[in-house]
Amino acid sequence: MNEMVKPAAIPQAVRSVGEYIPMVDGPEKVTGRAKYTADILDTPALEAAIFRSPYAHAEILDLDVSEALAMPGVRAVVTGDDCDMTYGVLPIAYTEFPMARGRTRYKGEPIAAVAADSIHEAKAAIAKIKFTVKELPAYFTAKAAKAPGAVQLLEQRPGNIERDVFFDLGEVDKSFAESAAVIEHTFHAAEVCQAQTEMHAALADFDAQRDRLTVWCSTQVPFYVHLMLSRCLKMDKAQIRVIKPFIGGGFGCRTETLQVELICGLLARKCKGRVRLVVNREETFITHRGRPESDIRMKMGMAKDGRITAVEMEQDQRGGAYSSYGIVTILYAGSLMFGIYDLQHARYVGRRVLTNTPPCGAFRGHGTVNTRFAMESMMDMLAETLGLDPLEVRRKNYLKAPTYTLNDLMVNSYGLPECVDWVEKASGWKDKRAKGLPPRKDGRKRGIGFACSHYISGASKPVNWTGEPHATVNLKLDFDGSITLLTGAAEIGQGSSTILVQVAAEVLGLSMDRFRIIASDSALTPKDNGSYSSRVTFMVGNAAIQAAQNLKAVLVAAAAKKLEAKPEDIEVLGEIYRAASQDKGLTFQEVVIEALRDAGTITVKGNFNTIPESWGGKKYRGSAIGGTMGFSYAAQAVQIAVDEETGEVEVEDVWVAHDCGKALNRLTVEGQIQGSVWMGMGQAMSEETEYYHGLPVMPNFLDYRIPTMADSPPIHTHIVESNDPYGPFGAKEAGEGSLAGFIPAVANAIHHATGLRFDDTPFTPDKIFAALDKRARNAKKA
Amino acid sequence: MSKRILTCTLNGKRHDGVVPGNLLLLDYLRERLFMTGTKTGCDGGECGLCTVLVDGTPTLACLTLACSVEGKSVETIEALEQGGRLSAIQEGFHVKLGSQCGYCTPGYIMAAEGLLRKNADPTVDQIKDALGSNICRCTGYVKIIEAVQFAAGKIRKTRPAKAA
Repeated sequence: MNEMVKPAAIPQAVRSVGEYIPMVDGPEKVTGRAKYTADILDTPALEAAIFRSPYAHAEILDLDVSEALAMPGVRAVVTGDDCDMTYGVLPIAYTEFPMARGRTRYKGEPIAAVAADSIHEAKAAIAKIKFTVKELPAYFTAKAAKAPGAVQLLEQRPGNIERDVFFDLGEVDKSFAESAAVIEHTFHAAEVCQAQTEMHAALADFDAQRDRLTVWCSTQVPFYVHLMLSRCLKMDKAQIRVIKPFIGGGFGCRTETLQVELICGLLARKCKGRVRLVVNREETFITHRGRPESDIRMKMGMAKDGRITAVEMEQDQRGGAYSSYGIVTILYAGSLMFGIYDLQHARYVGRRVLTNTPPCGAFRGHGTVNTRFAMESMMDMLAETLGLDPLEVRRKNYLKAPTYTLNDLMVNSYGLPECVDWVEKASGWKDKRAKGLPPRKDGRKRGIGFACSHYISGASKPVNWTGEPHATVNLKLDFDGSITLLTGAAEIGQGSSTILVQVAAEVLGLSMDRFRIIASDSALTPKDNGSYSSRVTFMVGNAAIQAAQNLKAVLVAAAAKKLEAKPEDIEVLGEIYRAASQDKGLTFQEVVIEALRDAGTITVKGNFNTIPESWGGKKYRGSAIGGTMGFSYAAQAVQIAVDEETGEVEVEDVWVAHDCGKALNRLTVEGQIQGSVWMGMGQAMSEETEYYHGLPVMPNFLDYRIPTMADSPPIHTHIVESNDPYGPFGAKEAGEGSLAGFIPAVANAIHHATGLRFDDTPFTPDKIFAALDKRARNAKKA
Repeated sequence: MSKRILTCTLNGKRHDGVVPGNLLLLDYLRERLFMTGTKTGCDGGECGLCTVLVDGTPTLACLTLACSVEGKSVETIEALEQGGRLSAIQEGFHVKLGSQCGYCTPGYIMAAEGLLRKNADPTVDQIKDALGSNICRCTGYVKIIEAVQFAAGKIRKTRPAKAA
């Protein structure tokens, strides 16, 4: 690594932004040295296991843990009696207890937990817990839960409605009446789960002498975990330390505090020691927080030239037994109809419904994905009705940035047209649609479909409004000339640590090798809201830039003093600081010595705040959701081959272009885009959770069908750079926006190949075969 | 549970241990030897994350009893870095971003190691065949395939005689 810091013959700033840069923590990952939570085995810990509810909905009559407590090796048992504090995401929706109290609301809900000398002893004790209940009616669909007379799951949620959303903007009915074509259609999207490869884990250490708790856990949001540990354990926040080790993915299920962290903390305090809680794959599925099953009715009108005249959407989401991100999800589903096309008349009715299934949460593309599936499918349906090319229809509806949408979302940079143009050309769209694709040698019919999508670069209003800046980064420069970047931003594999080092290095013109980064340890690093809503590159990246600028100012001032020049005359050429008229200048080490003289170790700070113009409007209740500093845009074409004998659809090829403002790191941006597209493919083609009377029947990697390498297509990736005026070096979101487009694109491709419209994800062979078979039978009859 | 003496080669060194007859190789490596490079991703045989080499063949440590590797050679991710240098496959996964969160990476690297030792010039289909039972949730697999191809190219340069 040190080879890179050799001074160049001519001093010059080192560039890292815009290059292909491998991740700063890559060597740890490829050598097995990276420590994930379950890998922290340096100090012995008690092992914990959870007793989970076998009932979907029941009143708890008795919970007898006496026999479990008497089992060999058992050190502590905790139950709902050990914590009477609710937790959750939004302060208005703290509805969940770490372990059920009074009532249990889904199969698999934690009821009690045991800490013992070994995992075998903990599990043996779990088997001795006696649980007596009175069963209640349980609801496994949104429709059943919101039916009149249904038993209320939560006292504060009448009718089992977590939240209903309504807005009616513009003149919807009038616009429908004036449309050349209007179509109304219903869509259904199955519930899907993040299924990150690392199972949920926590390690908690209680220091009884000092009454302090340290928790290591697999989270995207160490700060929120810190708050909820403090709330549920009724401990002063100052007595808690949260550390995020390496994390094996998240995709949204870890954007809120989970039971694992809280139960582990409760056990550690009760044992006055160290407890490890690593749940298995089945329990990770049950912990859930995935994308809700959604029933969508959409009505869309179009003018003769392809302009969307009006949209009306009704969406019901099956939210699961507790609030989680529910209110936010149902609001996003409506507000992010906007922000991608010029939409002047829209109506939305959204309902988030509580059901006796594991709670849904925030999943990559939060709230937008199923809405986009419906919208982009309908744009193709209307294009067909009006005899228009699907791409031309998208082009007719472009926004003109800078602008505000009808629901007051700020749009400053808009690279969608370039995305569409590239995909059209690269995929051979015109030819393939004009002439059709020839069938494959094996007889499979082929088709190509298209769709666009977008996503926010961070929610402009945080869920916990404290008045603090959105992001803070510290840089420490010491006697050795090394710079340490301190951030609370949670590196979860998306590459946030790499990006932050890159932008700081870029500002200073230094090699990234001068930097170390320490992330997500509440005792060392500044607070950060966490890794969700694609906020980190935009917000924390900007804070890192400001911190680096502040450090640069200190160094320039020191160089100026030493060189007896004015600061504005100092030229910074990477490792060399010189006054404009001079040749030799000072080395970086010489500048550091001068800067530390009298002052000592230097610590500087950079902050970032969103601007009020990005906070969304006030046109309806909850309209702040959707407000962001910048939208990313993506377009993709998907080519498929359908086996009409089996109904199997093979994805042959994908072309995707993504406007991320500026690719700070082309390698990681490509990786994020490809991962997003592929995750969209999983939801479109095969992934689906399923419950039998509330019992998850697919909580493993054999039944929950994640596409394997053998099922996965090449993904041709193109980066569009629209240079957002507020983004760090112009950058915007890159890790979510490409996901949503895949689902409608493949539905449109299947339609192109077969003439059949599929509106129910996943598009599994049985559904496609049934539709093909039905059509063949009908044709025979006629 | 009866205990057995285990003698095997672990990462090139002779290893002696005492193992209960029902102890899985995965748990032996992680919980007893604290070799945590090998990961757990599922409840048994579903994800490929715990892939190690047993006598050069990619093997799921979660479906292998520790005592069954008696007399055999076991290699884990910890063995690949030699003299401070990443192996060709490790380098491939690093520079080509075959690894994002990194949690599935050791399993992929060991499965790829098994493949490239036998075939240093695999086609994309052969790579998909060899790595098709490992699950990665981050990359969409595109860059994993590129990482393996990068490594194969590098290996062919250093030992061209063994190619194909």
